[in-house]
Amino acid sequence: MYEILYREDLAPVTKLIEVKAPLVARKARAGQFVVIRVNEKGERIPLTIADFDREKGTLTLIFQEVGKTTMMLGTKRAGDYLASVVGPLGHPSEIENYGTVICVGGGVGIAPIFPIARELKQAGNKVISIIGARNKDLLFWEDRMRSVSDELVVTTDDGSYGRKALVTEPLKEMLAAGLKPARIWAIGPAIMMKFVSLTTQPFGAPTIVSLNSIMVDGTGMCGACRVSVGGQTRFVCVEGPEFDGHQVDWNLLLERQRIYMDEEKRALEHWKEHGCQCDDGC
Amino acid sequence: MPREQIERQEMPAQDPQERIHNFYEVALGYPEEIAKLEAQRCLQCKKPRCVEGCPVEVPIPEFIAALRDGDLAGSIRVMKSKNNLPAICGRVCPQETQCEAMCVLGKKGQPVAIGRLERFIADWERKTGVQKPDIAPPTGKKVAVIGAGPAGLTAAGDLARYGHKVTIYEALHAPGGVLIYGIPEFRLPKDVVRAEVDYVLSLGVDLVLDCVVGKTLTLEDLFADGYEAIFLGTGAGLPMFMNIPGENYNGVYSANEFLTRVNLMKAYRFPEYDTPVKIGKRVAVVGAGNVAMDAARSALRLGAEEVSIVYRRSRDEVPARAEEVHHAEEEGILFKFLTNPVEIYGNDKGWVRGMRCIRMALGEPDSSGRPRPVPIPGSEFDMEVDNVIMALGTRPNPMVFTDAQGIERTRHGTIVGDPITGRTTRPRVWAGGDIVTGAATVISAMGAGKRAAADIDAFLKGVFTEADWHAKKEEVPAAHP
Ligand SMILES: Cc1cc2nc3c(=O)[nH]c(=O)nc-3n(C[C@H](O)[C@H](O)[C@H](O)COP(=O)(O)OP(=O)(O)OC[C@H]3O[C@@H](n4cnc5c(N)ncnc54)[C@H](O)[C@@H]3O)c2cc1C
Ligand SMILES: Cc1cc2nc3c(=O)[nH]c(=O)nc-3n(C[C@H](O)[C@H](O)[C@H](O)COP(=O)(O)OP(=O)(O)OC[C@H]3O[C@@H](n4cnc5c(N)ncnc54)[C@H](O)[C@@H]3O)c2cc1C
Ligand code: SF4
Ligand code: SF4
Ligand code: FES
Repeated sequence: MYEILYREDLAPVTKLIEVKAPLVARKARAGQFVVIRVNEKGERIPLTIADFDREKGTLTLIFQEVGKTTMMLGTKRAGDYLASVVGPLGHPSEIENYGTVICVGGGVGIAPIFPIARELKQAGNKVISIIGARNKDLLFWEDRMRSVSDELVVTTDDGSYGRKALVTEPLKEMLAAGLKPARIWAIGPAIMMKFVSLTTQPFGAPTIVSLNSIMVDGTGMCGACRVSVGGQTRFVCVEGPEFDGHQVDWNLLLERQRIYMDEEKRALEHWKEHGCQCDDGC
Repeated sequence: MPREQIERQEMPAQDPQERIHNFYEVALGYPEEIAKLEAQRCLQCKKPRCVEGCPVEVPIPEFIAALRDGDLAGSIRVMKSKNNLPAICGRVCPQETQCEAMCVLGKKGQPVAIGRLERFIADWERKTGVQKPDIAPPTGKKVAVIGAGPAGLTAAGDLARYGHKVTIYEALHAPGGVLIYGIPEFRLPKDVVRAEVDYVLSLGVDLVLDCVVGKTLTLEDLFADGYEAIFLGTGAGLPMFMNIPGENYNGVYSANEFLTRVNLMKAYRFPEYDTPVKIGKRVAVVGAGNVAMDAARSALRLGAEEVSIVYRRSRDEVPARAEEVHHAEEEGILFKFLTNPVEIYGNDKGWVRGMRCIRMALGEPDSSGRPRPVPIPGSEFDMEVDNVIMALGTRPNPMVFTDAQGIERTRHGTIVGDPITGRTTRPRVWAGGDIVTGAATVISAMGAGKRAAADIDAFLKGVFTEADWHAKKEEVPAAHP
């Protein structure tokens, strides 16, 4: 069992928890993720390690409530426990001094982009960041992102805060104006990463994305997470999660994310009707 | 009744029409009178051939004699001198190719039902309470066992009995390995597995779950933490695909994913349990091993109307246990022999619609000694299906080796390990089970765990040292208390 030490609501549907997992914290690095189970009957879901504290032995996880498991997680408070926290899984981001880099975070993707931007900054890069969300309520960590960026652009789809635009618009303008970033990192919903990749491709700007395919074990034993990159089947959990965005078969990823759409709806309805039925007394 | 007139006793089973709608155990086990009757059939051979067929050399005539005479406690004691997990082996060993294949009665008629008797005696013990064995005084030595499958559990249990402090590190959130995530409830109830795990823990073994060695901890970390020996029992859990077009369509599963969702995550009880699985009306399972039978029969129980096993060789080469094939046939699983998929096709939303197959003929024997299947040109045909489950075999997961130095592996990804002692090419690291042999059997994994535990014990007691590691193979030290 893994204790939740701290919880914060970043936005109405975006929550942050700090959970005690000393072994995982000891090894965690930017770009990696954990697989968690909320309770004994719960599903295994992957969440990115948004931050970690080796001294305290804690991990920071940020999640958006999109379905049953994340909503159930959203009911947890400091002092509650998670049934499992497994990790750190996947390869860490390859951090070096590349020169100028751009970090793009969309929605809940702002959480995982932050430790990457921070490490890139520490490695001596000039970090330009673009963060965006559908509206002001979904935006978080602007201050943290500012603290590790040389430049920061904030966008919202509806213009309720920052510039009214999708993250791809300022990105395209920068590239069109002749900026030649050595690398671009983009993390967010699959559809956003797809359009970032389409935006950067004509400029030949190397673009790294962190794929969020459906997972079960997170250790390479099931193949649920398989995607196609450069025409080859890859397992996101062990070979990723980061890949070259220009090589990803985005339509396949988007289709595979929808496999359980009907069941996800049923699970959520069942939960809303019956509440949590596990034996953990939560 | 004279012994010669007693026939091999059938084991009662749930009715096929009923059981295809539930996940309860299919085979129900012998009642006591039937078990004793079956036990009378054994000739008590002076040189029992059956024992030669058992990978761990269970003293078969002795345990059967005690059972026959009503000494059930004595019977289980004899059994456990060689086999820690009889409730499991009695259920899942391929007896027809092992112990029962060698039984002399099988020459003219039907062999003694050794597996069913083994199961009976183990189930009796579970019901009446398990006796704790003697445990040697603590040696103060720490051993780490990686993986809580049959190999790891057996090694851990024996090492604890030798007096060492053992910790098992397991990647998943539940112990048991394939026994928990692969083999379904209707063939191996999970409370049976749980009881065997509890027994091992009752010997003083510690279990750390959710710990992926190679990620959460590395072998080097474990040595730094003071472990003097490490046993690797991480199995062969990596799924294989065919690399044919269309394998990534929605509705195509590896057997590992499908069975993990159903067994470990209990998708058959969705939405009470959160993890879903999606099975349509027509399901094709590719392969014909135990894994394929388990997948096919699970799909049926999840509501599929037509489930086919698609296998490129013929009935004679089917590798699954005879009992599973028999049960699958009773349940109405269709078998398409000499058939191989060449492509999976889908609809515009990315879902499987069907599978194109080609018919095969048997040619010359291949490296495995079985006739090589060769495609018959122009014989392609289409099957309409909603799901394809790939049950093609598995390979070892390389994750455990992240920072491991000096552990040699073959090109199939298995560890180069001494078949008797389990020693790897790196001193202080032993390995056994599927990680060494590739996908094999529960009993062979257990046997490997047992032999490695004995060798580890000899090492920790100074019978040999690191300097002797690569020298001429040690004899496995004589039996322990
Ligand atoms: C490597 C990785 C890192 C991630 N990091 C974060 C993060 O830091 N914060 C965050 O909010 N989300 C993250 N996600 C996505 C998160 O795992 C899903 O939002 C979550 O599983 C949804 O579960 P649910 O039951 O609440 O919703 P559901 O109603 O089950 O599903 C909603 C959506 O989540 C996806 N999903 C469902 N089950 C899984 C599963 N087992 N694995 C992956 N995706 C699934 C579905 O495709 C669907 O689009 C990450 C995903 C991956 C693969
Ligand atoms: C569906 C199915 C049906 C089968 N049916 C039969 C049958 O009827 N009869 C029979 O005899 N055999 C059967 N087998 C084969 C048998 O189950 C295996 O041969 C046996 O389980 C191997 O045991 P093992 O201990 O070597 O490995 P496993 O049982 O695979 O256990 C390995 C354990 O190690 C863990 N692990 C892996 N990597 C790590 C890591 N890096 N860190 C920590 N832990 C790790 C895994 O999670 C797992 O729990 C079947 C196999 C399958 C898949
Ligand atoms: S362990 Fe398996 S092979 Fe050995 S006697 Fe028992 S059933 Fe037969
Ligand atoms: S070979 Fe058959 S008859 Fe002989 S001892 Fe073994 S089980 Fe009994
Ligand atoms: S999540 Fe199972 S292989 Fe990647």
